[in-house]
Amino acid sequence: MILNQIRQLPTWARWASFATLGILVLTLVQELGQNETSHLTAMTTSQTALKWSIPILLAGLGGLFAERAGIINIGLEGMMVLGTWFGAWGAFNFGPYTGILIGIIGGAIGGLIHAIATVGFGVDHIISGVAINILGPFAARFLSSEIFTGYQGGSVTQSPRVESVDKFTMPFLAGGYDTPNFLKWLGDKDVPMLSDAGNILRGVLTQTSWATIIALLLVPFSAWLLWRTRFGLRVRISGEDPWAGESQGVNIYKYKFIAVMISGGLAGFGGAFITIEMSSIYQEGGTTGRGFIGLAALIFGNWRPGGILAAALLFGYPYALQFGDFDGFASHALLLVNAIALVAVTIWAIRKSKRADAVIAFVLATLSAVWYFVADTVPDWWVKILPYVIVIVVLIFFAQRLRMPAANGQIYRRGQT
Amino acid sequence: MKNETIRRIALALAAPVAAVFFATIASSVFLLIAGSNPFTAYGDMFEYGSRLEIQVDILNRATPLYISGVAAAIGFRMNLFNIGVEGQYRLAAIVAAYVGASVSLPGVLHIGLILLVAMLVGGAYSGVAGVLKVTRGVNEVISTIMLNAIAISGLIAWLVREWQAGGSVDATTSNLGVGTEPIDESGLIPNINSWLEVFTREIGKGKELTGVFLVAVAVGVLYHILINRTRFGFDLRATGINPFAARVGGVSDKKMVLGAMVLSGVVAGLVGMAEIAKLGRFNPNFVGGLGFAGIAVALLGRNHPGGIAIGALLFAFLDTASGVLQVTGSASREIVFIMQGIILLAAVIAYEVVQRFRIREEARLASALLEGESQ
Repeated sequence: MILNQIRQLPTWARWASFATLGILVLTLVQELGQNETSHLTAMTTSQTALKWSIPILLAGLGGLFAERAGIINIGLEGMMVLGTWFGAWGAFNFGPYTGILIGIIGGAIGGLIHAIATVGFGVDHIISGVAINILGPFAARFLSSEIFTGYQGGSVTQSPRVESVDKFTMPFLAGGYDTPNFLKWLGDKDVPMLSDAGNILRGVLTQTSWATIIALLLVPFSAWLLWRTRFGLRVRISGEDPWAGESQGVNIYKYKFIAVMISGGLAGFGGAFITIEMSSIYQEGGTTGRGFIGLAALIFGNWRPGGILAAALLFGYPYALQFGDFDGFASHALLLVNAIALVAVTIWAIRKSKRADAVIAFVLATLSAVWYFVADTVPDWWVKILPYVIVIVVLIFFAQRLRMPAANGQIYRRGQT
Repeated sequence: MKNETIRRIALALAAPVAAVFFATIASSVFLLIAGSNPFTAYGDMFEYGSRLEIQVDILNRATPLYISGVAAAIGFRMNLFNIGVEGQYRLAAIVAAYVGASVSLPGVLHIGLILLVAMLVGGAYSGVAGVLKVTRGVNEVISTIMLNAIAISGLIAWLVREWQAGGSVDATTSNLGVGTEPIDESGLIPNINSWLEVFTREIGKGKELTGVFLVAVAVGVLYHILINRTRFGFDLRATGINPFAARVGGVSDKKMVLGAMVLSGVVAGLVGMAEIAKLGRFNPNFVGGLGFAGIAVALLGRNHPGGIAIGALLFAFLDTASGVLQVTGSASREIVFIMQGIILLAAVIAYEVVQRFRIREEARLASALLEGESQ
């Protein structure tokens, strides 16, 4: 009943009701849980979660452009690595803003290589992507040995420290520019639910990097570019039915090339973001597979910008929970949140009469709940692997029911069907 | 006819030769930009690589690379991308080292048990990705990458602490004792210096050729037999070339996916064995990156048992011989990373170009024959 009503709401209201539901669950778990914690809805948690979501979001959007044009981009991770290196080099020499721009260019060079191999020569997309994932770190290692070893504080595996871009705090809501801080006032009031929502919102609106804001604006921009412009239509026809596009006189090669370079550029932005905004330093292996998590976000987001953002936030959240959760209670409480989410999946699967999904979800929910009630805390290795486990669990339920572009992954040659 | 054979060989060699040639040119450009003389650098590397002791090092490096390459190739043969060799071999190595240290058996049995445990663990872990793909349609590239992260930053980090050899985490002593309990001498695969010395002079300077080299040879032979001489291998290739046709022919693609994935992990389990035989235990600094290098080697060798061997030797030569560059100072040793990356990418593209050329040639030949017939 309620689900049907939610489905009829406009998109923004639907997302808002899902978000409200999520906050409600987090609050309830915190209020009624075994151990006292306020970390699940703390301001710092949402602040960190947003930050950790951005590279995943950018990689996911990168994947979106490539796959909408029919090119699978497993090489996002390698392009992201190029972004981390070039971002650090640019930020060290020319400041953080130029650094991000140079990181984007670095990633786009990776995209260009992928486009030359897959579009120009017709190499299998995954083989080329895998090759780029190996080439990216190798290139970064070589460049570091040539350039960073000559800098004070740099070495073969890391760069000197670099500066971050400026931060923005929302006036009136979060007290930016010496205005009243409404959300802080609300958070201090300790009203159930409302204060938690206020804290989460305040974390997102406080000290937000301009790079984060630009990345978030790329979500509606990508949607507009791909679905509301001539250019986007041509990119999408390249991914859905390039032969039909060709018969209409569209230069499919051109649009595939451009789309894959945009894809690399976005991954490069993600890499530069890691260097400039998160670690303040280039570190070898600093991407930790987030290019691949971006691909998972692309799949879970059903090849749509809004969905990718939601997936990125979902995958970024457990990363953020690790920080500042010194007693391990928040990660422990998350077990109950997971159990509740899995029960919801069970109910959904039963309604859709998907027996296998229901059984798996129910078993996982039970395990999660039992673990929650038996143990007081969770071991630290569990906290570390949680983001990756969540990616796998999410894919277990959603990998099969989503639709990717029809000609995605196929090798297109002009004049041949 | 004879011309035809020469043509075929020339075509087969064209791609790798072109790739290495192109990579050499490109790397020379990088060296020149970096202010080094490419001829001196290459000369140093070849001179260094021609020494017997260094060749032993090269073989030691090529051995795990080759096994890792075969592991990746088993999946690639049917368009299944097991990126998870990295996590599989490290997890297999620590469990095998733990089991190997907790028993004492006579030599062959002890070694056999360690290898068996490693293969089982590798196969089981890659099997997870196989099951996820077959039953839930989860893309194996993403799932194996996630499983890598779970194994390396989660399970292994935890097991290393859990199985830490008792009382050895003493800050005052060296970190020699850090790691799992040491395995008895009987469980360590011996070196095969004496085998090599039959052909050459005595190997000095404390170099040892790993006995796992023989395991790698066996893996290669078995892989060749499996792919070319068995029903499973035929089905594997058929599914890789045309899954729909294979399904029509009665091949269960789900069974094949699961089988190939598990087998790939079984072989991956052996990748860390040379290191285990050398160290006698699993330690926190256990060699990494062999899984990803193996993927490169498999792509370079076109999944062919002999090709993978050449790829493994080439990468091992570059890895090992680059060590001299630091000594002579003729270039930065990291140049080999650029070379390896460019060789890989150039080879992948060159294979595609040659393949296309070959198909066009065959079509041209066939039409020429048809024309001859009709006249």
